[in-house]
Amino acid sequence: MLMLIKKGGSSPRRQSKVAFTEMQGMDVIMNLKSKDLLGLRDISAEEIQYILDTAKTMKYIVTSNNKKTAHLQGKSIITLFYENSTRTRLSFELASKYMGASAANISASSSSVSKGETLLDTGKTIDMMGSDIIIMRHPMSGAPHLLAKNVRSSVINAGDGMNEHPTQALLDMFTILDKKGTIKGLKVSIVGDILHSRVARSNIWGLTKLGAEVSVSGPATLIPRDIEMLGVKVYSTVQEAILDADVVIGLRIQLERQKKGLFPTIREYSRFFGIDDKRLKLAREDAVVLHPGPVNRGVELSSSVIDGEQSYINEQVTNGVAVRMALLYLLTRRGSNNEIVD
Amino acid sequence: MKLLIKNGQIIDGKAGIEKISDILIDDGIIAEIEEDIDSSGCEIIEAKGMYVVPGLVDAHCHLRAPGFEYKEDIESGTRSAAKGGFTSIACMPNTNPVLDNEAMIMYILNKAKTDGIVNVYPIGAVSKGLKGEELSEIGELKFAGAVALSDDGRPVNNSSLMKKAMQYASMFDITIISHCEDLELVDEGLMNEGYYSSILGLKGNPAPAEEVMIARDLILAEYTRASVHIAHVSTELGVDLIRNAKRRGVNVTAETCPHYFSLTDKACEGFNTNAKVNPPLRTEKDVAAIIEGLKDGTIDIISTDHAPHHFDEKNVEFKLAANGMVGFETAFPLAVTNLVKPGHLTVEELVKKMCLNPSKMLGLNKGTIEAGKVADILIFDINEQYTVDISTFESKSKNSPFNGFKLYGQPQYTIVGGNPIVREKVLL
Repeated sequence: MLMLIKKGGSSPRRQSKVAFTEMQGMDVIMNLKSKDLLGLRDISAEEIQYILDTAKTMKYIVTSNNKKTAHLQGKSIITLFYENSTRTRLSFELASKYMGASAANISASSSSVSKGETLLDTGKTIDMMGSDIIIMRHPMSGAPHLLAKNVRSSVINAGDGMNEHPTQALLDMFTILDKKGTIKGLKVSIVGDILHSRVARSNIWGLTKLGAEVSVSGPATLIPRDIEMLGVKVYSTVQEAILDADVVIGLRIQLERQKKGLFPTIREYSRFFGIDDKRLKLAREDAVVLHPGPVNRGVELSSSVIDGEQSYINEQVTNGVAVRMALLYLLTRRGSNNEIVD
Repeated sequence: MKLLIKNGQIIDGKAGIEKISDILIDDGIIAEIEEDIDSSGCEIIEAKGMYVVPGLVDAHCHLRAPGFEYKEDIESGTRSAAKGGFTSIACMPNTNPVLDNEAMIMYILNKAKTDGIVNVYPIGAVSKGLKGEELSEIGELKFAGAVALSDDGRPVNNSSLMKKAMQYASMFDITIISHCEDLELVDEGLMNEGYYSSILGLKGNPAPAEEVMIARDLILAEYTRASVHIAHVSTELGVDLIRNAKRRGVNVTAETCPHYFSLTDKACEGFNTNAKVNPPLRTEKDVAAIIEGLKDGTIDIISTDHAPHHFDEKNVEFKLAANGMVGFETAFPLAVTNLVKPGHLTVEELVKKMCLNPSKMLGLNKGTIEAGKVADILIFDINEQYTVDISTFESKSKNSPFNGFKLYGQPQYTIVGGNPIVREKVLL
């Protein structure tokens, strides 16, 4: 059951799921079901939609002159990163600060992690200092799930191994919605190293939940086995994959994959799967190009595509802050007086 | 002391005799199997409505001693075995130090005498230190009491060394138990490569990693005419390769474990580290093939691969979690529930795979109920259902994916050398 209350909270009302859909746009507050956001696999289409709706308001704040609100005043938000990151970490940190939270960072390299402390011991230590949300990036799939089970704080997955990177997919979906007005029925083509991509997995879960038709393509060694069982189409050529697409998402190709023998050279990768202006013409005229960054210019996407009119890679970054503000706000509101648990 | 088991449904495990009868045990030896034996002066076990079968023989377990006593030791391991109906168990040599020399084999045998409550038979290492580089002193291992050879936990990666090991072991009439795994193909895979590894984002360990090595060892076994036993078979093609080798007359036996016919890789959902095991849990298609292999006799033996690990070694990231699950206390009920109850195997067929066949492979004089033999006996009720509760396990470790499962066939009595150490499901 969704948990719904009327804004203002004076006379809370219980609403059914159906009633909520009908009441879109009305003054209804919905709470997320789980204390954590571990992946888009675990949340409903309605919850995704609600986060994206909330992010619209947040984008207004991010793009305004005075970027300060009190939504997270008195909340303590920690980023715990076991992998390097520029944009995701900064995006979360700014999202926290714009809304008045106390934010702090822990990096694996400069902490007791380097002294051999286990994830759970580190997590419990942070938890006991009064954190409300722990935002974690970790090289191993499932690490945030383990942490979430063992701490009182909400846990947000900022990328775990090859599993999920839900906030990246949310900001991709926010950008698509912004440009296309809907996600339902759109043809979305994800191109590149699908096997190792947590962005691809989160996008597949989220986009298919909202009714998009998702396809993937990339070198056969980088396509996860039985991935078509998720309801995505698999293409062995990029031309077939992006034909008539409404959205093209390029993924970062990691150099170390080549060293492990998964494809012969970056050059050959680019020749068969790189997207340039000519290939992009196969997609619909109004197709949108996205990339989670950082981009290898001239490899996944040509510079002219990256900097071209159909690219919204820079706008994605702004949207990322808005989506993360929405998520932080919705998660901290759980358990407050505004909540009805049924 | 005389013990009389009355009115049980006896399966002798050998001749296919199945009858309701009494068994008289005198001084640890089976004295008589007859109807209406005079009970005067006997302690009586009433086994009406229950099966009386040979005590189970496990050809593959890890007792963790010496070196890893925080996971298990001979005392806790044999108590766990007894609770599960096992009266004889063969333990793998991947301890610290490794069981790769005479002194270590004697250590296990001596320790088993003082601390163990079931019969313990050590398996010696194929290679010194399990390093896969040089053969261990196979002759001395055999004469010290090793019942088989294995580098279990690791493959013998070097094909030439495996060939030499087979040739050399044949001379001493001792079986090599092969842990089949091509490490390059495993490539740090954490669970079966397939739909579930794809959606969980966990690196896949493909079925061919096991199958390629099974094929290699079958080829080497055929060439050397050595006695080879394929451990923990988990895949469809693996079963088929073994079936084909048997047709060609290769001197090979094979085992599977209860988890390979009871669970699929779906059990890893939620990053459940208790379902992390090597070889990994496979697909429904593989489970069906394993059951088919058990039915047609391709798979001779059901072993536990009892692999205890401390809670802290499982309560970590999936990638860091240890491989393996405890097995003694669920193996037989899982086999009864998933093989006998649906009609895949008869009780008699199951008993052969868990008593006489492992006993033969290891060269033991166990696994049957016969007058004149040592009284190692299991009594169970096939109709009583119970719920698995890991907190009641005798093992020091509780790493089982079967907690909460409803199963049939829980051992009621385990009798070792005429001594009923489990009575009415309670271990003394």
